[in-house]
Amino acid sequence: MSDTDRVVTVPIGPQHPALKEPESFMVDLRGEKIDAVRMRFGYNHRGIEKGAESRSYTQDLYLVERVCGICSYSHSTAFVQAVEEIGGLELPRRAKYIRTLIAELERIHSHLLWLGVAGHEIGFDTLLMYTWRDREQVMILLAKLTGNRVNYGMNTLGGVRRDIAPEMYPEILRVVDLLEERTKNYIDLAQTEQTLIQRLSNVGRLSREDALRLGTVGPTARASGVDRDVRRDDPYAAYPEVSFKVVIDDHCDVYGRTVVRLGELLETYSIIRQLIKNMPDGPITIKAPRRIPEGEAVSRYEAPRGEDVHYVRGNGTEKPERVKVRAPTLANFSSVSKMLEDGYLADLPIVIAAIDPCFSCTDRMVELRDGVSRDSRSLTWEEVSRMGVQWYRDRGIDPSRITIPGACG
Amino acid sequence: MSAVLNLVSIFIFPGMIFLVILGLAGQFVDRKLYARLQNRVGPPWYQPVADLFKLLGKEAVVPEEADRRMFTAAPIFALAAVIAAYLYIPLWGLKPVLSFQGDLVVVLYLLLIPTLTFFLGGWYSRSIFSTLGAVRSITQLFAYEIPLLIALFSPALLANTWSIAGIAAWYAAHPWLWLVNLLGFAVGMVTLLGKLERVPFDAPEAETEIVAGSFTEYSGRFLAFFRVAIDSEAIVSSSLLAAVFLPFGMGLPVWLGALVYLAKIGGILSVLALMRTVFARLRMDQMIAFCWRYVAPLAFLQVIIDLVVKEFV
Repeated sequence: MSDTDRVVTVPIGPQHPALKEPESFMVDLRGEKIDAVRMRFGYNHRGIEKGAESRSYTQDLYLVERVCGICSYSHSTAFVQAVEEIGGLELPRRAKYIRTLIAELERIHSHLLWLGVAGHEIGFDTLLMYTWRDREQVMILLAKLTGNRVNYGMNTLGGVRRDIAPEMYPEILRVVDLLEERTKNYIDLAQTEQTLIQRLSNVGRLSREDALRLGTVGPTARASGVDRDVRRDDPYAAYPEVSFKVVIDDHCDVYGRTVVRLGELLETYSIIRQLIKNMPDGPITIKAPRRIPEGEAVSRYEAPRGEDVHYVRGNGTEKPERVKVRAPTLANFSSVSKMLEDGYLADLPIVIAAIDPCFSCTDRMVELRDGVSRDSRSLTWEEVSRMGVQWYRDRGIDPSRITIPGACG
Repeated sequence: MSAVLNLVSIFIFPGMIFLVILGLAGQFVDRKLYARLQNRVGPPWYQPVADLFKLLGKEAVVPEEADRRMFTAAPIFALAAVIAAYLYIPLWGLKPVLSFQGDLVVVLYLLLIPTLTFFLGGWYSRSIFSTLGAVRSITQLFAYEIPLLIALFSPALLANTWSIAGIAAWYAAHPWLWLVNLLGFAVGMVTLLGKLERVPFDAPEAETEIVAGSFTEYSGRFLAFFRVAIDSEAIVSSSLLAAVFLPFGMGLPVWLGALVYLAKIGGILSVLALMRTVFARLRMDQMIAFCWRYVAPLAFLQVIIDLVVKEFV
């Protein structure tokens, strides 16, 4: 029996050292080669959309900010932009600048974090330690500016909650200068370090056509030559007033995604310098009404991971009628199985990591309907527990030996 | 040699206890250096000892599916083989505890056993991650073992003896000729990374793919034995490389000779830690291609060099 005609199924997740969040990848292997991958969501549903409907707009800001631990500001801003559009609120210029500044600082910390995780996934822990050491600089800066390392709580309806004192400008520029020097170091590393290039090149290939067909967004799309960036195509906040280049690459593999993210870091440093230089004076907030009029809005936002879309519908009360979050990971996720085709098991962690996935942000409730009657039914807690015990008993496993009332055991 | 002296040399010096202490010290050097190179503080000096005793005190779980006998025997065999190999290697004096013509082959054979136990332990764990790790261990073995053998045989070829003590004595008598074998030493260092399953050749226990490879199901004292065996293997293999490739300072007074020996293996371990820091993990196919395409030809080149030099000595 040769090694190649036996298929072994390896469960990567829901609990696995390569995954930072619970998600299931059942990988069929022939030798070291991947035959097929079955992916499953749904281990981390938190009901945030539903929760948003029963809270006021101001409370929702803090709830939505907790959709993601890394791009928290992206979700909060995307949400608040939609609400402001419904309410017809026009922001003061200084508030727009501060929002853009925090957004770009968040992009730095997200991209540096990604670089470290990518290093770890290919067994290059030194890169992880170095990038996360540098990331700490921007985390400390964010804490100084907003009071928090993550979940900044900066946004409010019609502006931002904290002003940035002019005394902080030199500090911001110092951190940006330092990080720019370090980032150039990493770019140099990515171009010269052989084991790194070998592990990233030609891994997780995604052609431009596939990237478009599967609807990828953000650095994943841009690394396949798709020229898309919401900051330029549908500008919001202060982006119309800064000049920057959209970084595109045509490697179409994990190496390309690394190059794009590193290039974006350099663009981000330049954006921050422009923001500090042109920071206008004035108020940071306008008065916003508690009741938001009837209406609906879709807000697009270029999160570090790609385009983040929020949909909000107001019904004239203090609470939104519907909030819908489309995290960038959902858009990128379907491309993963394409990227894994004919890959090696060893490349699976880095290919998954290369879309910079955030599974918890993406998880939504799934309603299961009966195939024939199209009927969805809900189970009580007792029924679920009985079903669980029965499932194992049917397979001859009875770990608990408990009797559940009503169960046929 | 009396029986008591035999027991002392097997269990105390230079056998089990000395080797384990040296292994833990080596682990500390490796971890501390690795940490400092990565801008971290690193562990205090007693961390390896603390880890070992903590592991020994933990519950040792044997999976129901596993073959109990093979599963529990594998770590002990690994440690025993490593200790046995150590007895044949001259440390600072020219005479090891045991020596005979051909012990170089025996030591290499004994150093093969730990890898085989990784395979058997992983295979009989019956878990999918262990099985994959086991298969990777044995696949990797075929890539690095042959270049390592050739590299170690070439100095022997020049010295015209198959005993490690004999090789050391010959190079002590012909000072500076060890410089001829530097290429073989480099090959030995690279293959040692494969033998010890360290970055960039740590695919058999790649955490992000197959959890801990062969050791996934191991816990408690069984894992502790494996860990000690791996640490000791690092010491024994670097002592072997030091004895064969760096055979200087062998005739010195004991205290000075001991210092030179410690400096040699400390240097080798430091280079291994450095390599671990600067590389990413290679895939299995890349690792095998690298070993056969570059490392094996270099080992053969070393043999040719030694054959040529032999004509002039």
